[in-house]
Amino acid sequence: MDTAGTSLDQAGRILRRGLLLVPLFFLALFFFYPLAAIVSISLAPEGQPDLTRLGELAAFSNTLWFTIGQALLSTFLTLALAIPTAYVFVRYRFPGKSLLLSLSTLAFVLPTVVVAAAFRALIGERGLVNDALMSLLNLDRPPIQLERTLAIILIVHVFYNFAVALRMITGFWMNQSPRIEEAARVLGAHGWRLWWEIRLPIVRPVIMASAVLVFIFAFTSFGIVLILGGPRFATLEVEIYHQAVNLFDLPVAAGLSLAQIGLMFAMMVVYTRLQRQTPLDLQGAHVVARTPRGFRQWAIVVGVVAIMVVLLFAPLLALVLRSLSGPDGFTLRYYQELSVNTRSSVLFVPPIQSIGNSLVFAAATTVLAVTLGVLTAYLLGRETSRWTRWLDPLFMLPLATSAVTLGFGFIIALDKPPLNLRTSPVLIPIAHTLVAIPFVVRSVLPALNSIAPNLPDAGRVLGAAPWQVWRWIELPLISRGLIVGATFAFTISMGEFGASLFIARPNIPTMPIIIYRLLSQPGALNVGQAMAMSVLLMAVCAASFLVIERIRTAGIGEF
Amino acid sequence: MLDIQGVVRAFERLPVLRGIDLHVKRGEILCLLGPSGCGKTTLLRVIAGLERAEAGDVRFEGQSIVDIPAHRRDFGLMFQDFALFPHMNVAENVGFGLKMRRSTETQQRVREVIQLVGLEGFEQRDVGQLSGGEKQRVALARSLAPRPRLLMLDEPLGSLDAALRGRLVVELRHILKRIGLTTVYVTHDQQEAFAIADRIAVMNAGVIEQIDMPELLYRQPATTFVASFLGLNNIVEVRECVEGQAHTLLGSFAISCLAKTILLHPLGIRLAEPGDGSIEGQVTERVFLGDAYRLSLVHHTGVTLTFKIAASAPHIPEEGVTAQVSVEPDMVIPLAESAGG
Repeated sequence: MDTAGTSLDQAGRILRRGLLLVPLFFLALFFFYPLAAIVSISLAPEGQPDLTRLGELAAFSNTLWFTIGQALLSTFLTLALAIPTAYVFVRYRFPGKSLLLSLSTLAFVLPTVVVAAAFRALIGERGLVNDALMSLLNLDRPPIQLERTLAIILIVHVFYNFAVALRMITGFWMNQSPRIEEAARVLGAHGWRLWWEIRLPIVRPVIMASAVLVFIFAFTSFGIVLILGGPRFATLEVEIYHQAVNLFDLPVAAGLSLAQIGLMFAMMVVYTRLQRQTPLDLQGAHVVARTPRGFRQWAIVVGVVAIMVVLLFAPLLALVLRSLSGPDGFTLRYYQELSVNTRSSVLFVPPIQSIGNSLVFAAATTVLAVTLGVLTAYLLGRETSRWTRWLDPLFMLPLATSAVTLGFGFIIALDKPPLNLRTSPVLIPIAHTLVAIPFVVRSVLPALNSIAPNLPDAGRVLGAAPWQVWRWIELPLISRGLIVGATFAFTISMGEFGASLFIARPNIPTMPIIIYRLLSQPGALNVGQAMAMSVLLMAVCAASFLVIERIRTAGIGEF
Repeated sequence: MLDIQGVVRAFERLPVLRGIDLHVKRGEILCLLGPSGCGKTTLLRVIAGLERAEAGDVRFEGQSIVDIPAHRRDFGLMFQDFALFPHMNVAENVGFGLKMRRSTETQQRVREVIQLVGLEGFEQRDVGQLSGGEKQRVALARSLAPRPRLLMLDEPLGSLDAALRGRLVVELRHILKRIGLTTVYVTHDQQEAFAIADRIAVMNAGVIEQIDMPELLYRQPATTFVASFLGLNNIVEVRECVEGQAHTLLGSFAISCLAKTILLHPLGIRLAEPGDGSIEGQVTERVFLGDAYRLSLVHHTGVTLTFKIAASAPHIPEEGVTAQVSVEPDMVIPLAESAGG
C-alpha cells in the first residue's frame, strides 16, 4: 500500500475541511458576535440584567406602525404597477422589450444616496420639474412640494422595487404553460373571469413572494427616508441611527435593533417558505408573446412602456442635467469643485478623495467576498450533511439584518478588547463583505450545482489531481457565476450607505457618505457637488450593471 | 359537420398550413397523423379558435365560425401537457367549463364524467399528486364535462409511456364511441392513429396528403411521403412505362402509367422459387421479431426490399444467402408525388 499517498490524501482532506470552516468563522466573528453585543446591551445596559429600559421602547410604537404602514403602501403600489406591466411583457412582443426589461434592473444596483439625489434633482423643491413649471407658468414659488413628504418616500420605494417585482413575476409567468390559459378559454373563460379564476391564481405564489421581498426592502429602507423624509418621518432604521448617533442612547438603539432583527427574521422565514412553495413548473420559457394587434393593444403597450421609461429614467436624466447646470446655465464647476477642500468644509477632505477610498474598499470587499462566497458555496453545495442544510439560511441572515443594525453592532462590539478595530478602516470592507456574501453565493451556487457529477469524475479517471480537477474543470464552469458575484460585491460596496455611516472614519469617507453630507448642507454649491458625485457613482454602478447583465445567464443571480 | 375549406396560416411568413380542406362527419373520430412540424397542431388550434386562419373558412354545422372566439365555440380541447389548472383539485378542474357556463347541473355532471373516466374517489385530490395516466383522465373528463359539440385531442397520450399508451388508446376509443362524440385527434404515432381512428388524414408540410380508413391507408398509400411515413420503404422508380407495363430496376410490373414511383408493398412479398418474375437478391438482414422475421433483400442494383415472414414459416433464409421473392400483382401500388414536396 502507498501509505505516503494516503497520508497526503488525509492532509488534503483536513486542509479542505479547514478552508471550508473559514466562512463560518468569519460569520461568527463579524456577524454573530456584534449581534450578541446588541442583545446584551439592550437586556443588560449597565452590565446587570435590567429589563426596565425595554419598557421605554413602547414610546416607539408610532415609529413601528409608520414603518409597517409605509412598507405596506410601498408594496401595494409596487405590485399594482408591476403586475399589469409583467402581463404586457409576457403577452406582447414589441421592439426594445428585452432591453427595457434588463435596463429596469439598473435601479436595483443604484445606491440609495444616488437615487435620493436623483429624485431631488427631478421633483425636489429646486428640481427640474419645478423649475420648468415655474418658468412656464410664471410662478414665484415651486408648485410641487414633495420633499419631506410620505409621497416622495413611496415614489422612490416604487422606483427601487418595481424592477425586482417585475422580473420575478415576469420570469414566473413566462414559465407557465400558455396551454393552461388556452384550456380555460376553450372551456368558456373570458375577460375578467379569465383574470380572476386563472391568471391571478396561477401567479399568486410569485406575487406573494415578491410582495414579501418588497415589504422587506421597504421596511428596512434607511437612506431614502433619512435623506428625503426629513425629521417628521422615521422608520425603525432611521430611529436606530438617530438614537445611537445623535442621542447616544445605546440601550434604546439596541432594543430597537432587536425588534428589527426579530421582525426581519420572521419575514425572511415567510419568504423562504413561499419560495419553496412556489411550484416552479419549469418547462422552459414558452413563446407566447405576440405582436400587439389593433389600436387598443398598441395603446396598452405604449402606455406601459412610457410609464416605465418615465419612472426609471427621468430621475437619472434629471440627475445628470442638474449636475451640469449652474445658475448661469451649463457648467462643469460642480465637478471641478470636488477636488477642492474649502476651509469651511464640513467634509474634512476634498470630496474627490472619497472616490479613491470607495474604490479601495470595493476592491478589498470583492476579494474578500468572492473568496468567502466561493468557500461558502462549496460548503453548501458539496458537503451535504445534516447540518449543512441549516447553513444556507444562516448565510442569508446578514441580508435580512439591516445595514444599520450591522453597523451599529460593529461600533458597540468591535471597539474594545478583545477585538478593537474601531479606528481601523478594515471594518468597512468587512461590513460590506457580510452584505455581499449572499449575493456571491447565490451567483456561484447554481453554477456549481449544475456541474454534472460525472465531469469531475471523468477528470479524475483521466489522471487529474483534486486541485487540477478544480482548476481545469470546475473553475472554468463556475467562472461566469464568479464574475457576476464579484461584480455584485463590487457594486454593493460602492453604494453601501447604512453600515458605512456608522463605521466610516471621518477622514476616510466613502462616496455615498460624501454625497449624504453634501446633500444635508444648504447652498447650491453643496447640492450641485452632491449631484456631480452622484453621477460619478451612478456611472460606476451602471458599468457594473452592464457587466452583470452581459454575463448573467438564466437562473444565475436571481433572488 | 365540421368543414374546413382552403385554410392557410403562416408564422413569421413561414407557411404552416398551405390550403387545408377537410370534412369531419358527425360522430366520427378523425385522426390527423403526421411528423412534428407538419401543421397538425396548428390546424387543431385554428379549429379551436386559438389561432386565426389567414385565408379559408371553418364551418361547423353549416355556419362559418371563424369570427366566434374560442370561449364561445363550445368545443373541447385536450392538450398534450394536459394543462390542468395547478391551483384547483380534480373536481374543480373538471367542473371549470360548467362553472364558466353557469350550469346548474355542475355537481351531478362532474360526478358523471369522473365516473365515465374511472376516477371515482379522486375528486378532492390535488392535481399535482396525480400520475401521468390519472392526469390524462382528468384532462379528458374536463374537456367532456361541458358536453362539447366537438372534441379535439392534441397528442393526448404523447407524454405517457408506451405500455400505458397502448391500453389507454383502446379505452379512449370506447369512451368516445359510447358518447358518440365527433372527435379530431392529433398524433404522430401511426399505431395510436390506427387504433383510435375511423379515418386518418396524413399531413405533411402544411398539406393533407391522404385521407382514408386506417386499413386502406396502410394497404394503399397514395404518395411517397405517406408510404415512407408508414414505414413502407420498398419504393422503386419507374424508368419507362409502355402500355401499362412499368419497367424498373427490379423488373416490369403491370400498373397505370401515371405513377413515377411504385411501392412493392411488404404485405405482398413472398419467398419464391427461382424463375420468371421473381426478384433475386442477397439477404443482408434477418431480424427476429417474435411472431415474425424481418428480412432485407438487396438486389444486385442496390435496391433493398424489406418484408416479413411469419415465424412459423418452414424455411427462413440465413443472412448472406441468395434468395428469391415474388410480389403479388395487387400489392404493387402506384405512388403519386408528395403534395407537400
